[in-house]
Amino acid sequence: MASIKFSLILFGLRLLLWWQSKIYKSFKAHLSEKNFTAQIQIKDKSIGRWITFNNGFISSSSGIHKKPEVTLSFKNANVAVELLMPLVMAFLLKKSINQLVQINALKDFNLTLDGPDELTLWFTQTLMKTQTNGLKFGVDVGDGIRRYTNMTNGGPVFIHVKDDKIIRITPIEFDENDPDTWSISARGKTFKPPRKTSLAPHGMNWKSMVYSPDRLLYPMKRVDFNPNGKRNHKNRGVSGYERISWDEALDIVSNEIKRVKKEHGPGAIVNSHGSHHTWGNVGYYLSANFKFINAVGMTRVHHNPDSWEGWYWGAAHHWGGSLRVGQSETYGTVEDLLKEAEMVVFWASNPEGTSGAYGSFEGTIRRKWLKELDIDIVHIDPFYNDSCQFLGGKWLPTKPTSSPALAMAIAYVWIKENLYDKEFVKNRTVGFEKWKEYILGKDDKIEKTPEWAAKETGLAAKDIRALARKWGNKKVYLAAGGWGNGHGGACRNQTGIQWARSLVCLIAMQGIGKPGVNMGNLQWGTPVDNNFYFPGYAEGGISGDLHHTAMSVELYQRMPQLQSLNTVEQSIPRLWLPEAIMNGKAEGYVWDGKSIEAQFNKVSYPKPGYSPVKMLYKYGGSMFGTMPDSNRHIKMYQSENLDFVVNQSIWMEGETKYADLILPACTNFEREDISEWAALGGYAHHGQTQLNNRVAVFQHKAIEPLGESKSDYKIFSMICEKLGLSAYFTEGISEIDWARRIFDSSDLPKIISWEEFVKKGYAVIPPNKKELRDPLSWNWYYENRKKDVPEPMPLPSDYKDEYLKGIQTQSGKIEFEASSLKRFDAEDPERPPIVKYNPAFKVNSKSKFPIMMLTPHPRYSFHTQGDAKDTFINDISDHRVTVDGYDYWVMRINSKDALSRNIKPNDLVKVFNDQGAVICAAQVTDRIIQGSAHGYESCAKYDPLGKPGESVDRGGMLNLLTPKKSQIKKAHSMGNSTALVQIELWDKKELKSFNKNNEKLLRVAE
Amino acid sequence: MKKWNLIIDVDNCNNCHMCSLACKDEFVGNNFPGYSAEMPKRGANWIDMKKKERGQTPMIDIGYIPTMCQHCDDAPCMKVAKNNAIVKRDDGIIIIDPVKSKGQKQIVDSCPHGSIKWNEELEIPQIWFFDAHLLDKGWKVPRAISVCASSAMRAIKVEDLKMKELVIEENLETLNPEFDTKPRVYYKNLHRFNKCFIGGSVASKKNKVEDCVSGAAIKLFQNDEVIAEVKTDDFGDFKFDKLLPNSGKYSINIESKSHKKNIQVDLKDSIYLGNIYL
Repeated sequence: MASIKFSLILFGLRLLLWWQSKIYKSFKAHLSEKNFTAQIQIKDKSIGRWITFNNGFISSSSGIHKKPEVTLSFKNANVAVELLMPLVMAFLLKKSINQLVQINALKDFNLTLDGPDELTLWFTQTLMKTQTNGLKFGVDVGDGIRRYTNMTNGGPVFIHVKDDKIIRITPIEFDENDPDTWSISARGKTFKPPRKTSLAPHGMNWKSMVYSPDRLLYPMKRVDFNPNGKRNHKNRGVSGYERISWDEALDIVSNEIKRVKKEHGPGAIVNSHGSHHTWGNVGYYLSANFKFINAVGMTRVHHNPDSWEGWYWGAAHHWGGSLRVGQSETYGTVEDLLKEAEMVVFWASNPEGTSGAYGSFEGTIRRKWLKELDIDIVHIDPFYNDSCQFLGGKWLPTKPTSSPALAMAIAYVWIKENLYDKEFVKNRTVGFEKWKEYILGKDDKIEKTPEWAAKETGLAAKDIRALARKWGNKKVYLAAGGWGNGHGGACRNQTGIQWARSLVCLIAMQGIGKPGVNMGNLQWGTPVDNNFYFPGYAEGGISGDLHHTAMSVELYQRMPQLQSLNTVEQSIPRLWLPEAIMNGKAEGYVWDGKSIEAQFNKVSYPKPGYSPVKMLYKYGGSMFGTMPDSNRHIKMYQSENLDFVVNQSIWMEGETKYADLILPACTNFEREDISEWAALGGYAHHGQTQLNNRVAVFQHKAIEPLGESKSDYKIFSMICEKLGLSAYFTEGISEIDWARRIFDSSDLPKIISWEEFVKKGYAVIPPNKKELRDPLSWNWYYENRKKDVPEPMPLPSDYKDEYLKGIQTQSGKIEFEASSLKRFDAEDPERPPIVKYNPAFKVNSKSKFPIMMLTPHPRYSFHTQGDAKDTFINDISDHRVTVDGYDYWVMRINSKDALSRNIKPNDLVKVFNDQGAVICAAQVTDRIIQGSAHGYESCAKYDPLGKPGESVDRGGMLNLLTPKKSQIKKAHSMGNSTALVQIELWDKKELKSFNKNNEKLLRVAE
Repeated sequence: MKKWNLIIDVDNCNNCHMCSLACKDEFVGNNFPGYSAEMPKRGANWIDMKKKERGQTPMIDIGYIPTMCQHCDDAPCMKVAKNNAIVKRDDGIIIIDPVKSKGQKQIVDSCPHGSIKWNEELEIPQIWFFDAHLLDKGWKVPRAISVCASSAMRAIKVEDLKMKELVIEENLETLNPEFDTKPRVYYKNLHRFNKCFIGGSVASKKNKVEDCVSGAAIKLFQNDEVIAEVKTDDFGDFKFDKLLPNSGKYSINIESKSHKKNIQVDLKDSIYLGNIYL
């Protein structure tokens, strides 16, 4: 019976291919790409059918072909029917293929595929094309314009396209069929967000990013790099490039992979990627890139928890939350804040400036309500930041890195004047007495009075006292960092760990979880429906990686896929990547959120038995502009220890030109993908609570890839073809097929059909009804109930009492004195069990480098993405300023410091210290306190006036000047958001000699 | 006849630049015959953000105002345009014809608001024309307005009479009223851009301990007349706003439960008097 069925199915398959080639022109064109014969058969050759592709025509017959180039074999007819039936029938029944059955057949070798990779991959992808042929993508909006959708790091967008050209990009306005949104009633007012999505400036900048003159349009090789001869390592960053073909490029990279592995052994290739990428669950770095790393076997660059440093290495010891990187839970806080809070303290918290990372301006809409409700607001920040400008309130400018001292003085006033929740401290915390002794100066003889803190912070003691009293007498939300619950802010400077720790102590003293007392700034915690599943990017997409993504949480079961495991266990702590390459040694601690204690594990490079790194596979945007003391990276690139550097990226940015080979990737507007807005998953579980409306989109390929650029997925799969890995890497399918699998894995099919989704391009996920909204975070803890918020953390074994009772700490309570630190190293002066103030810098006006330079995340670009490259945002004078035709990075200098240096607005200034010098355009302002300056980190450009790594940079890479030192020795934590520098008017000496040298070189060349 | 007007609330503009970026997205690389030629990719800010920082650390504020063609009802540019290059539509929108205006640089120079940009390459004057090409296709509002992150901008199509009411109701102002060009772009809370403030912090010193004095009564006098009265907040801060720059001498009386003090100010620009000890 099965045999007859199989024969029929094979015939049906032939018919399907033939019929679709008749009605779909694009499919017909696709079929003419390859000429060969494929055999489909039972392993014992008892039944079979061959199909010959010849210039777009299909011929086929039942039986066994003599010399097929590709053979697809099934163990027996039963297996064949089970697997092929859905492929043929799914199209007719509009049902998806059961991936689990297929994967099981592969794993059990019941299904095998033989032939050269270039044909086998094409053959399986072609069979899969029958599932997507005929789908309608996008909506006709008249005038020859088709409206597509896509997702950026700054929000979802419509893209209007005419003749393969992007006309415009807009946020999404919902239509009458989209679900209604939620509303909140507070203090006699009703608040309801608008029926549209918001977009961040870097999202609105995309058209100019797609069409940037700095796009990489074809593969390139450094002119003096010869893989079979002289490599001229030292000329990386200096010599130019020549265009080569994709074939040449793929040969070079695949041959180097093979050579390095054979000559040096496992671990000799390292993969380095940024912390972000262009959006999409298929194309994301944790997805396709991780599958590729694992398929090839590469040393990993072990990231530090870059936006959470102080929370992970510090706060987690007091209140757990290691799976949130030490941050607080945030459920229900928007409603609670609006209804109950009397004041919000923004502490190094600038949500308007950072769009909440991925959250666009969704929180801005809500913070406008905050203004309407006339809730008191205080901002603690050395910089009069964008949120301060927008919201108003009292600005308390502290000296950079000093604010842990402020926290301690606030605690001092509360203790002295009985302004804290004694009941809560007694019943729901441990170790308070120990910290109280420190605050009152019983152990170090220093009372942490407002007068003491005034000297450290530069604030007036009276203001510290006023703040403490106001806070102690009101229901107050504490907003730490851009998200309000940690993340960003002061946690990335040299006292970031102290800062995060002391803030936990403060909010604990006020009884966190009481109505109106919590962490937040309306950025997270909206009443969206968190019970509706869509995978976040950290869930790893198509990576099959259960170790380095959050796939095991839910996606792996919902979207069966081949597991991938990197056999190379070696990794390099990211902060010391240059040292690892140049000195062959590096050590750090791990970022692993599974428990509080996991961070005590070490990462050592090299790992015993592995090869030192010889080849660097750099993927994604420019990263070294975001890394402290960036000159180290430039020197690393010029090291002879690196045989080969390949860079796969979209634009020619600062870091790209340090590669031997450049592979041009396309943007997310030129490939297919699927995603949900702000769906982060993993360490940022339920990131969608930043949104007013959850929106999932099909990321249309709105235009063809520019030039010869290709999607990351395509590039990886082409390299895999050369390594015989393509079937493993792709599972035989294309990006759109993966997008379908992700769609099926989510709850989207419950509200929209696949066909409608790819046409309309988006789906708005309806909110829960009022009665089903998430409970308020920490309220369960405050009331000593079982945890009732929808986060699957901490892990079950981390509960000390009954499951769901208490938090992750040893006592199950908030610990002023951290048991985990007592167990690990109670004597560590940098991180004692109770938080103490340990100043980072001793600086005064006579210091060689008297200015404390703040380098927070940029406002208009998304890290390096969108900066420079002649895009629109470079016209924004708070991003770059054009002087003599050159776009300079902006340095904000206090008016008094500017006056004493004779610096006027838009003057070019030299910002420097012992590590290097950067030329910026001055903005003279009172937004930054005297003795400090402010310039964004994350510049995409590096433009040295002379020898790279040793010269003045006029690209704006301020991280050249920031300290590489880990905040504490027993961590792997960046502390580079404050650096000591000097600033002076630039005499353009370096520019003159640079131009002179160039002229000389030109004359010689002529 | 309903006509278009733009209302911008300076209190809610947070310098996100979405309006200027949406404008670039719409017009860079796109020709809309009859409405406009392409906008230069860089430098031509048809929507131009202006900024006013007031006061001194730590009492400052910053007002941002997006500026653009004001779509004046008595537009000086129309008076100098030749060849019927500028049209005032029935809906109040001004369009500079990209063909007819070629070479007419005098149009740029005629604008007292500085809102007309010269396209060097095409040799034509250009403006933000309310996205009339989209409104004519049924779009509800111009793009710059729909992307505004904080809804600080409103584009409304109403009768002129209705607009006059709104001006009074919401206390709206226009830029450069001295030119009397009758702009259709209105600003709310414009004092954050064109007026100034006097602020200070009242404190006490007792046994070497300093404290903020809250609830102190502060009176502002001009020509011996009380023109405003406030109480200090929890930080002892007070602020008198909406004062004219260079408006001369003011006298400030500070009165707490136990103390009195008087301060004289010669006002030029916004000033933070710092800590005032009673």
